[in-house]
Amino acid sequence: MYKIERKIRFAEGLFGIWVEAPYVAERANAGQFVMIMTHEKGERVPLTMADYDREKGLIFLVFLVAGKTTAQLADMEQNEELYSLVGPLGKASEIENYGKVICVGGGTGIAAIYPIARALKDAGNQVLSIIGARNRDLIFMEDEVKKVSDRLIVTTDDGSYGAKGFVTDALKKILEEERVDRIWSVGPAIMMKNVALLTKNYGVKTLVSLNAIMIDATGMCGTCRVTVGDETKLTCVDGPEFDGHAVDWNEFMNRLTRYRSQERMAMERYRGGR
Amino acid sequence: MAEQIPPRERYRREPVAMKEQDPGERIHNFNEVPLGYSKEDAVYEAQRCLGCKTAPCVTGCPAEIKIPEFIELIVKEDFAGAYFKILETNSLPAVCGRVCPQETQCQGNCVFNKTGKPINIGKLERFVADYARNNNVRPQVAVAEKKNKRIAVVGSGPAGLTCAFDLAKNGYDVTVFEGLHRPGGVLVYGIPEFRLPKSIIDYEIEGIRSLGVKIVTDFVVGATRTLDELASEFDGVFVANGAGSPQFLGIPGENLNDVYSANEFLTRSNLMKAYLFPEYDTPIKTGNRIAVIGAGNVTMDAARTALRLGAGEVHVVYRRTRVESPARAEEIEHAEEEGVIFDWLTLPVRVLGDEKGNVTGMECIRMELGEPDASGRRKPVPVEGSNFVMECDQVIDAIGTQANPLVRAEGMKKNDRGYIIVDEESKATTRRGIFAGGDIARGSATVILAIGDAKKAAKAISATI
Ligand SMILES: Cc1cc2nc3c(=O)[nH]c(=O)nc-3n(C[C@H](O)[C@H](O)[C@H](O)COP(=O)(O)OP(=O)(O)OC[C@H]3O[C@@H](n4cnc5c(N)ncnc54)[C@H](O)[C@@H]3O)c2cc1C
Ligand SMILES: Cc1cc2nc3c(=O)[nH]c(=O)nc-3n(C[C@H](O)[C@H](O)[C@H](O)COP(=O)(O)OP(=O)(O)OC[C@H]3O[C@@H](n4cnc5c(N)ncnc54)[C@H](O)[C@@H]3O)c2cc1C
Ligand code: SF4
Ligand code: SF4
Ligand code: FES
Repeated sequence: MYKIERKIRFAEGLFGIWVEAPYVAERANAGQFVMIMTHEKGERVPLTMADYDREKGLIFLVFLVAGKTTAQLADMEQNEELYSLVGPLGKASEIENYGKVICVGGGTGIAAIYPIARALKDAGNQVLSIIGARNRDLIFMEDEVKKVSDRLIVTTDDGSYGAKGFVTDALKKILEEERVDRIWSVGPAIMMKNVALLTKNYGVKTLVSLNAIMIDATGMCGTCRVTVGDETKLTCVDGPEFDGHAVDWNEFMNRLTRYRSQERMAMERYRGGR
Repeated sequence: MAEQIPPRERYRREPVAMKEQDPGERIHNFNEVPLGYSKEDAVYEAQRCLGCKTAPCVTGCPAEIKIPEFIELIVKEDFAGAYFKILETNSLPAVCGRVCPQETQCQGNCVFNKTGKPINIGKLERFVADYARNNNVRPQVAVAEKKNKRIAVVGSGPAGLTCAFDLAKNGYDVTVFEGLHRPGGVLVYGIPEFRLPKSIIDYEIEGIRSLGVKIVTDFVVGATRTLDELASEFDGVFVANGAGSPQFLGIPGENLNDVYSANEFLTRSNLMKAYLFPEYDTPIKTGNRIAVIGAGNVTMDAARTALRLGAGEVHVVYRRTRVESPARAEEIEHAEEEGVIFDWLTLPVRVLGDEKGNVTGMECIRMELGEPDASGRRKPVPVEGSNFVMECDQVIDAIGTQANPLVRAEGMKKNDRGYIIVDEESKATTRRGIFAGGDIARGSATVILAIGDAKKAAKAISATI
């Protein structure tokens, strides 16, 4: 079960894996994720499906080595099996023909934004995509995103590729000049927050995909709760996409730091033990 | 072989207490607190039973265990026989013997209640199941001829497992679908190791699997497949997904970093074994002063887990008093022995924190008991102006759980609180072919009531499908 069919190394610490999960692939839609465990004593962690092949029963996951679990995953090779994988979880993106949309993907969020852009394109939207990363090495799936976009802008923080600057710089330029109907933004919390702050000024509805800490991802533990508007929502079942203008970003970002010291310790032990 | 003893002696004999780990020691480990009966203890206790013809104890057991019969087999020192006798009606004896609220179930109906010395039925049941496991006595269960009918069971808690067991015995081809990576429901993710060691559940689940029941983990009904899809693929469905959604008080500050739901705290510790971090990867936090809100079994489990994880001081904060608290008496006693501090008549109104999201305290108000409310318990009312700040750096909400809306089907009606509406006897839902039981049909209740529901559903399914 859950065999790694193929492993792609995009850059240092950035990998893509095609995993056997026929039940999940059959029902997967843009915006949804899976929970995985690498081994029996492992953590349950969420990863977005960057792609899926219904016929072959495969799903594609892209991950950045952020801590112990993703480091373990990076150490797994083709034909090895994940201990657990469940999905498709979360609500799928609400895809309609909105008119002109912008898809903003930052870091590993590039992988998550791809199926959303593709679905929006298929639904007849004019799709502008902005993908960004720290440097040239960390830009990946560019061709895929390009194929489903009417226009693609690439940004790097250091200017080693595409336009120099943040995705928000490119986004601002477009919003100054064009009328846009809807925006999707997936990436690090701080990026999504800044995108949301920016687009609020232009009054364009902006959906963000929150990477809250999760355990069961079925609405059972409440660890993934987030304040949206006046309400407490569960990211795993009510999300992961929410209206970026209504998210309480401070609370959300605070909650992401809850296990920092334990995470660091786990990673150090793992690296040290090898 | 042990002797039958004269009735007079049975009345005179004192019940055999079960040895327990010393409180000072046990708060430093996750090993089981009660240590079990020896053979001699069990026989000595079993000899007290009168073997009443009318067996009032049995009417108190939703699993309809043939109590006087299995107790008699203990007296004859036929422990394997006693095990098979229990298994005729209950597939989870090691679990029930430990966690049933016996005082209100079987033992609550024992004729010896008149003298305040009911037979320790649960402890005897536990002994028999433990004996079987330790001596590798494998279940011998008669299985009816295969029926060529497929039944899907949603959820692998006590209700789902029991229904699967009973249907498999009746010759059905049963598949259990479980959302998590391990079967067992609350027994594995909620109830802590020191009350119910996980190896026991694994053993009882093996017994159920040995009847041919398939358990598919990593399968969330409502996500991986819908209930409607299962209903069309199978000849019948039993829904037992529990009532696992956490409830919060809805007071300001509840989303601060170190405010946990009991479900999160317990799931991390039990299912993910965070108490063994970093050997296991899932982390958990334990503060210096922890406030656990509520007073049910879940509250006691969270409080006692926190102590074992090394919390400095653990307070249980409850708006009513000990008398009204819903936890089993034994759980409160154990918590008290271990040093949990009880703040009765105290209602939290706000959790206080700093700008980084850390908890710095909890504002509470004192309560007093007023007139009885709809539940018959005296209603707590706030004492005006009695607000105070309780110092703490972690809060655990353990005020209960509610229905999870994920599992739904065309035509399967739920009540206004989200619980599935079922027929009292057959457990049939309003959708033909779908039955439901356990917490998702009755609201958070107990293991044995979930088992009772599942048995009724299995009977009805066997009669109609
Ligand atoms: C719906 C969703 C989709 C996601 N999709 C992707 C993806 O496609 N690619 C990708 O690289 N990352 C994704 N993430 C984030 C990913 O889950 C975390 O990077 C991963 O859990 C880190 O685990 P770790 O043990 O390697 O690192 P850790 O050292 O444990 O943690 C590093 C950081 O990751 C976050 N994190 C830790 N544990 C969890 C957890 N159990 N659940 C969620 N976040 C956690 C915390 O912010 C933490 O500070 C997604 C998160 C969510 C909620
Ligand atoms: C901490 C705690 C302590 C308790 N202590 C006691 C006690 O001492 N004595 C006692 O008698 N009772 C106790 N209870 C109550 C008792 O555990 C429950 O009443 C009982 O477990 C209910 O059984 P169930 O089979 O209905 O549901 P559960 O045990 O909740 O099992 C439901 C199962 O369904 C799975 N599931 C949920 N949704 C889906 C889905 N969409 N798809 C697939 N699977 C799904 C869940 O993961 C779970 O495994 C306690 C409860 C808790 C939380
Ligand atoms: S299953 Fe529970 S109620 Fe029934 S005899 Fe055993 S302990 Fe008593
Ligand atoms: S009521 Fe008590 S004494 Fe009578 S058979 Fe049951 S357990 Fe034995
Ligand atoms: S991850 Fe547990 S409720 Fe969302």
